[in-house]
Amino acid sequence: MPAVTETREQVEKLGKSSYEWGFETDIEMDVAPKGLNEDIIRLISTRKEEPEWMLEWRLAAYRSWLKMKEPTWAKVTHPPIDYQDVHYYAAPKKKDGPKSLEEVDPELLRTYEKLGIPLHEQAMLAGVEVPEGEEARLPVAVDAVFDSVSVATTFRKTLSEAGVIFCPISEAIRDYPDLVKQYIGSVVPVADNFYAALNSAVFTDGSFVFVPKGVRCPMELSTYFRINAKNTGQFERTLIIVEDGASVSYLEGCTAPMRDENQLHAAVVELVAMEDASIKYSTVQNWYPGDENGRGGIYNFVTKRGACRGARAKISWTQVETGSAITWKYPSCILQGEDSVGEFYSVAVTNNHQQADTGTKMIHLGRNSRSTIIAKTISAGKSDSTYRGQVKIMPRASGARNFTQCDSLLIGDQCGAHTVPYIESRNMTARVEHEATTSKISEDQMFYCRQRGLSQEDAVGLIVNGFCKEVLKELPMEFAVEAQKLLQISLEGSVG
Amino acid sequence: MSELLKISGLHASIDADGAPKEILRGVDLVIPPGEVHAIMGPNGCGKSTLSYVLAGREDYEVTAGSALFKGEDLLAMEPEERAAAGIFLAFQTPVELPGVNNANFLRTAVNAVRRARNAPELDAVGFLKAVRAATKNLSMADDMLKRNVNVGFSGGEKKRNEVLQMTMLQPTLAILDETDSGLDVDALRIVAEGVQNLRSPDFSALVITHHQKLLDYLGPDRVHVMAKGRVIRSGGPELAKQINEEGYAAFLKEAA
Ligand SMILES: Nc1ncnc2c1ncn2[C@@H]1O[C@H](COP(=O)(O)OP(=O)(O)OP(=O)(O)O)[C@@H](O)[C@H]1O
Ligand SMILES: [Mg+2]
Repeated sequence: MPAVTETREQVEKLGKSSYEWGFETDIEMDVAPKGLNEDIIRLISTRKEEPEWMLEWRLAAYRSWLKMKEPTWAKVTHPPIDYQDVHYYAAPKKKDGPKSLEEVDPELLRTYEKLGIPLHEQAMLAGVEVPEGEEARLPVAVDAVFDSVSVATTFRKTLSEAGVIFCPISEAIRDYPDLVKQYIGSVVPVADNFYAALNSAVFTDGSFVFVPKGVRCPMELSTYFRINAKNTGQFERTLIIVEDGASVSYLEGCTAPMRDENQLHAAVVELVAMEDASIKYSTVQNWYPGDENGRGGIYNFVTKRGACRGARAKISWTQVETGSAITWKYPSCILQGEDSVGEFYSVAVTNNHQQADTGTKMIHLGRNSRSTIIAKTISAGKSDSTYRGQVKIMPRASGARNFTQCDSLLIGDQCGAHTVPYIESRNMTARVEHEATTSKISEDQMFYCRQRGLSQEDAVGLIVNGFCKEVLKELPMEFAVEAQKLLQISLEGSVG
Repeated sequence: MSELLKISGLHASIDADGAPKEILRGVDLVIPPGEVHAIMGPNGCGKSTLSYVLAGREDYEVTAGSALFKGEDLLAMEPEERAAAGIFLAFQTPVELPGVNNANFLRTAVNAVRRARNAPELDAVGFLKAVRAATKNLSMADDMLKRNVNVGFSGGEKKRNEVLQMTMLQPTLAILDETDSGLDVDALRIVAEGVQNLRSPDFSALVITHHQKLLDYLGPDRVHVMAKGRVIRSGGPELAKQINEEGYAAFLKEAA
C-alpha cells in the first residue's frame, strides 16, 4: 500500500495517544487537485502571483526532479511514496486580507491558541498594527505557516524600523525579487538532492528574513509550521540572509494533527551569513510521530544548509527532534570564510516505531574555520536512530578544527542507535576530534530514583534532560523549557 | 501500634543465570515506632538483599512470607509508593546519575514525596533554605549541590549525600546499609548526628553495619544477627559488643 493514500473520510481518532497537538482545524480550504505536473506548478505559481522567472525556476527544478531517484543510503525504510497521490497546494480560503480581528477566521485563532503561540495579542495576528508600547512586551515575532500559506507575520513595524525584513517568502518573491533571485538556490542548488528538487518545484510558503549590514535583529524571529489538510504535502522554503556584522536568532516549531496515513514534508532552508554575521537557527520538531503501532506520522525529508560566506561568520544549528515517523535531516554548514564557525547541537528522540537518520555536514573551506558537533541520540521502544556526520576539510582550510561528540542513550533493549562518522581531511594542519559514547538507563538508576519517590516517567525525564543538557542550554530560554516537556512526553510509556 | 515494620517468614530469590538462587530464607523481624535497630552479619548473608526487597527492587522475587509496614502490605507497593509511605534506603553503593543536578534531583524527589503525602510542595526558595540548613548540619560543601548526583563524589561524600537525602525526605523508616563504611572519624560522627537529629517517636531506623563505632553513637534498641538469609539471634546492644570481640563463629555454630 502506498504510504500516502486517500483513505478514510474521517480521521480516525486514536484511542490512546500522548500526542497533545493532534487536533484538526475546520476551515474552508482552497485545495489543488492531487498530483504533480507542470500545470500544477503553474497553478501554484499563479496562486502565489509570482513573476515569470520564478515559474521558470520551478519548472527547471521539476524537470531535474523527474530524472532523479529517491536516495536510499539512509537507514530508514518506508513503503514507496506515491508522489501523484498528494495535494501540492492547500490554503485557507482567502477573504481579501483581514482588516480587523473580526475578519480573521475564528477557527484559525483558536488553532494558534491551542498551539500556544504567544499571540494573545490577536489583533496582531490579523495584521492590524498595535501601539508601540504593546509590541515591545512580546519578545518574539511570529510567522505562522498553516498548510501551504503564511497566515500572519507579527511585529512587522518594529522590524522594518530596524531594517529587518521578515515576511512570507511568497511575499518576498513579489516585493524583493532581486534579493530572492540572488540568493534562492545559492546554498541548496535546485538539483541538490531528490527532496530539495521536489521542494524547489512545488514549495508553497515559508519565511524570508533579511538583516542588513550591522543590524542586530531586535527580537527572536519565529515560525510555526502546521500541516492540517489531509493528504497535503508541506513544502516550505526558508531563506535567511544576514549581511556583514549583522545577527539574528530564528526559531522554528512544528506540529501536525494525528492521522492514520503518512504525510509528506520536504522543506528546504537556506542560510547565508556574510562577514562577521551570525545566525542562530533553532528547531523544535514535533510532527506527529505515528501511533504506538507505527501507523501514521509525518515523513520528514528536509534539506537545511547554511553558508558562512565571509570571514568570522557564524552559523549555529540547534535542534530538538522528537516527532515524525521518519526524519531525514542533516543541517549543514559550508565554512567558506576565514575563521568562520559552524555549530550543530542536536537532540534526536525516537520512540515506538520512529526512525531517524539525522546528523550534520561541516565543510571546511576557509582557513582556521572551526566547527563543533554535539549530537545526542535517545532511542526507546522499537525505534531506530542513526547519527550520520560528515566532516570534510578541504586543501585550503589550513588550521581548521572540528570537535565532534556523539552520545547515544538507549531505553529498553528493543531499540537501536548507530553512529556513522565520515571524516575526510585534506589538509595536514587541520585537527579533527571525534568522541562517541553509548549508554543505557540502568535498572540501578531507575531503582535509585524511584526509591527517592520519583515516578518512572519523572526518573526518565530527569536522566534524559541531564543527558541533553549541553544541547538544551543552546536553546533560547522559553524554548528550552518547552523542549524539556516535549522530551518527557515523547518518552512516555517507554519504561516499565 | 506496637510495630512499624513486621517481617514474617520472608523468602526471596534472585535469578542467577536462569536458575533461581534463594538468598533470604525466612527472615523474621519486628521494628516498633521510634526505635533504632541494628543488623549485623557476615558478608554475603543477605543484609543488602533484605534492604532491597523492603525498598521494592524488582530483580528479587519474593517466594514466601510477608512484610507489613504501618499495617499495610509493603510487598504490594511500587518502590515510589514505599518511598512516599516513608521508607528510605541509604544505599551501600549510591548510584551515579550523570547530567542530573544534585539539587534538582533532591527537589524533584522531595516534592514528589510531599505531593504523595498531601503536603504542600516546596518552592525554590523554601527548598533552598531547607537544603542549606541540612548541608550545613552535615558539614557538606555547597558545591555538592551543584554537581551531578554522586558523579565523581568520593566514597565518604556519597554516603553523606545519602544522609542529606534522608534528612530532606523525612522518612518514618530509614534503612542505612553500611552508611558508616568508608567514613573518616569526623564524618562518622557527623553522619551519626544526622541520624540522631531525626530521632523521634515517628522515626525508626534499621542500621546495617559491620562496626561497633556507629552503634556507640546511636545506642540501638535492638541488635539482630543475620546469617545465611535468616535472623538467627536478636538481643540488646551487648550483642554487638560480643560480635565485635568474638566474631560470628559461635553464632553460626549455634544456628547450624
Ligand atoms: N544478581 C545476583 N546474582 C547472584 N548472586 C547474587 C546476586 N545478588 C546478590 N547475590 C548473592 O546474594 C548473597 C547476599 O548478598 P548481599 O549483598 O545481600 O549480602 P550482604 O549481607 O549485604 O553482604 P555485605 O556485608 O558484603 O554487604 C551474596 O552471596 C551475593 O553474592
Ligand atoms: Mg551489603
